[in-house]
Amino acid sequence: MTGETQRQLPDTDFAVVEAPTTLSVSVRINGKVVTRDVEARTLLVHFIREEAGLTGTHVGCDSSSCGVCTVLIDGDVPVKSCTMFAVMAHGRDVRTVESLAVGGKLHPIQQAFWDQHGLQCGYCTPGMMMTSLALLGRNPSPSEHEIREGLSGNLCRCTGYNNIVKAVQQAAEMMAPSAAPEVSHD
Amino acid sequence: MTELKTEHEPPQKLAMGKSMKRKEDPRFLQGKGNYIDDINLKGQLYMALVHSPYPHANILGIDSSAAMDIPGAVAVVTAAELAAHGVGWLPTFHGLDKQMVLATGKVLFQYQEVAACYAETREAAYDMAELVDVDYEPLEVVADPFKAMKDDVLLRPDREAKTNHIYNWNVGDSAGTDAALAASDHVVREHITFPRVHAAPLEPCGCVAEFDAMGRLQFYVTSQAPHVYRTALFMVLGIPEDKIRVISPDLGGGFGNKVPVYPGYVCAIAGALVLGRPVKWIETRTENMTSSFARDYHMDIELGASKDGTLTALKVNTVADHGAFDAAADPSKYPAGMFGIVTGSYQFPHAFANLDAYFTNKQPGGVAYRCSFRVTEASYLIERAMDILADDLGMDPTELRRKNFIRKDQFPYQTPLNFVYDSGDYEHTMDVALEKIGYQDLLKEQAEKRERGELMGIGFSTFTEVTGAGPSKHFDILGIKMFDGAEIRIHPSGSGIIRTGTKSQGQGHETTWAQIVAEELGLDPQNFLVEEGDTDTAPYGLGTYASRSTPVAGGALALASRKIREKARKIAAHLLEVNEHDLEWKDYAFEVMGIPSKRVTMKEVAFAAYTNPGDNEPGLEATLYYDPPNMVFPHGTYVAVVDVDRETGETKVRRFLAVDDAGTIINPMIVEGQIHGGLTEGFAIAFMQEIAYDEAGNNLATNFTDYLVPTSLESPHWETAATCTPSPHHPIGAKSVGESPNVGSPAAFVNAVIDALSPLGVRHIDMPLTREKVWAAIRTAENESPAAD
Ligand code: FES
Ligand code: FES
Repeated sequence: MTGETQRQLPDTDFAVVEAPTTLSVSVRINGKVVTRDVEARTLLVHFIREEAGLTGTHVGCDSSSCGVCTVLIDGDVPVKSCTMFAVMAHGRDVRTVESLAVGGKLHPIQQAFWDQHGLQCGYCTPGMMMTSLALLGRNPSPSEHEIREGLSGNLCRCTGYNNIVKAVQQAAEMMAPSAAPEVSHD
Repeated sequence: MTELKTEHEPPQKLAMGKSMKRKEDPRFLQGKGNYIDDINLKGQLYMALVHSPYPHANILGIDSSAAMDIPGAVAVVTAAELAAHGVGWLPTFHGLDKQMVLATGKVLFQYQEVAACYAETREAAYDMAELVDVDYEPLEVVADPFKAMKDDVLLRPDREAKTNHIYNWNVGDSAGTDAALAASDHVVREHITFPRVHAAPLEPCGCVAEFDAMGRLQFYVTSQAPHVYRTALFMVLGIPEDKIRVISPDLGGGFGNKVPVYPGYVCAIAGALVLGRPVKWIETRTENMTSSFARDYHMDIELGASKDGTLTALKVNTVADHGAFDAAADPSKYPAGMFGIVTGSYQFPHAFANLDAYFTNKQPGGVAYRCSFRVTEASYLIERAMDILADDLGMDPTELRRKNFIRKDQFPYQTPLNFVYDSGDYEHTMDVALEKIGYQDLLKEQAEKRERGELMGIGFSTFTEVTGAGPSKHFDILGIKMFDGAEIRIHPSGSGIIRTGTKSQGQGHETTWAQIVAEELGLDPQNFLVEEGDTDTAPYGLGTYASRSTPVAGGALALASRKIREKARKIAAHLLEVNEHDLEWKDYAFEVMGIPSKRVTMKEVAFAAYTNPGDNEPGLEATLYYDPPNMVFPHGTYVAVVDVDRETGETKVRRFLAVDDAGTIINPMIVEGQIHGGLTEGFAIAFMQEIAYDEAGNNLATNFTDYLVPTSLESPHWETAATCTPSPHHPIGAKSVGESPNVGSPAAFVNAVIDALSPLGVRHIDMPLTREKVWAAIRTAENESPAAD
């Protein structure tokens, strides 16, 4: 990075660009610790994509509106990773879409999105699935309304959401411990 | 692989018409999609653009010294530097105007690109863009096309024609229409605006440009039309086409937004050329929102009818706001695109459409946003007007439509505005919709609610779309005819590769194309690799937009498959030791006529093509370019049922049913998914999304907090159904569907809301029907008509 260079800042009241401060940041991503020296202002999403090389987490709005950058932090908290600095994730656990399929076998949420045609261009899909997982963690058998509410921070321009809702419903069924009695939340 | 067992089974479809799960999905589901920002080239620089805060201003000077002081700064490029390299202006796609790459002397709209900054990192590039000091002298702003037409301020002095008027386009019989209107029992007159909107795919545009060791441009870019880009880049930069490779990777949606060649692309290429390193540029959301638009049509309609509701004439006068450059993606012979479909699904003895386009200080573009070039505006207009007429005449809106539909025995149908519709059965489709939605029960419920003063509305749209932009006698982009190419190679083991000149942005081409070829050749669709988007390997084609992929590339694929089948027939004859004329293609194999036991499958032929082709040339492949004889005309009936809250103006879409007729359907699951998506975008247009400008020319919709797109919470639950009237001239009878829901649904939504408000005397409200607007309309109506309770 370019932290050392000394330079003259322009004489202005605004757009003052501080000399970038470089920090060492360690984040456990999908179980693997990634340590890098990054500028303090590096966003978590860029850390994940560029430093850890995991490009499944996307950027759509760079302003916390679209949710395509959603990852799970410390287990099950969905966070829009464009909204957080990488340093804020220092020492914490991050889970991205790349963690879902194990040994080439799709996770139930992935299988359900595939079965129900819950994706078209696929750009929103990783974030959508991570949010869905968090939702199912909180509420293993959500109603349609609860699903729609739970996903309302994630935009999709292609699918119109019907099939995403169905996918989450299917995933809920697939993930339910088969021994447990069915509980309806309607 | 399962062998085909067709001998003792009735003929059935192998692949077409089946809801096969998408082949492309596993990579997207695992985060392995390869989108533009996932591409990083060794040693690449990052580019950021400087945008004008002013909508109209002279540029007195640009000082980039502070920007160059940023650590990691490499270069700042302005129009002057580009001009030194012979680059300054871009041709627009229909070639009727040109567009500045970087502001040349003055800026013409807010957020116009003024300079490009190149740096070692993305952050440094943005820091630089902040510090480029541009000295602007603000000029008078013309943000309203009705003001622009006065020519008080000349916006484009660079053009020969010293006026803000861009073109006049008209079609139909003006005098006959006027006479018919004058003789009509009733004439509806209304001013209807279709507001400015943006396609807003979730993935913004972007590119990575590199000149390789051979001096060849490798251009990775978010493009719906890679081949046209290659030709356009030749035109702009003068680089021979063999020295340009355009690669369009996975696209995170497009909807028309990824058709234009944006100034940022040219700056990235120029940077890569001059600086000798790869350059990456990825749009911010704001850049994406301010780079292009769709719609912005201000339409005056006159619709004539006799007392019994028989239509007599239609006249439309439109003012189109094209912004700073005439960069509409329309084919050159159709400057207003397919707006001529404005007579819709109805028989009109007389019609006349007139359109004038103007420059304003707004973002340019005019993309075909999920619509076949202006057909959305046309459909909305006629479907809105039909409802107003029904209301005036006291007729049921479906009966008015039924009375005037083009009947199924009238196809092919020549409209008064120059289109020849291929096929349709409008009445049947509407009947299916009425039955499925339970229209009679809804009418009863509505009557009861009206008694109680509640506002419930039922809205219809019985639209006809025109898609498949292709007949080269009518269509071109940059002068290039709008055909599409398909290339199919069958490997010895019976698998194969399919390449087309189209480019999926989520439409599922990898699956759909495999299904078409599999059906034509009797092979397994799972064993086809589909490749698009690389101009080095794909055959020339005009790309994917305006619902043209299945009508044009789909036709090319079917015909290329049949070419392969003809060659295969010769090889099969050799294998079976018969004359090829004694063979018939039956149940996906070649069979000696009358001797069902003597047959060879395509798989066997494929192997023989490389091992034992007899006297035939070895190999089994075909390339074909398809120039369709006519466009295709899908249709549909959409019904919206809404409740409007009288106190708050809030609209709740209680039900929405879409019955589409897209001709032959290749993958019902994919089709249904596209309908859902299109309806959601139609819903957005009707109720929330708008690129609004204030009078000073400030763009008020530059991100997802100001430009609203629906979330899962407000999106209605969609109901769908299909009827099927195949296109008689298309090789597989397919029309298209991806854009129908976006074309057909805004009218259904608005008609439903106006129907709900009609007891108060409300006749029309322009979109988007926000709560505030509906609330205001209710209050005004109540104040104006004391009779209403
Ligand atoms: S990119 Fe993070 S919310 Fe849109
Ligand atoms: S699938 Fe394209 S944005 Fe959701």
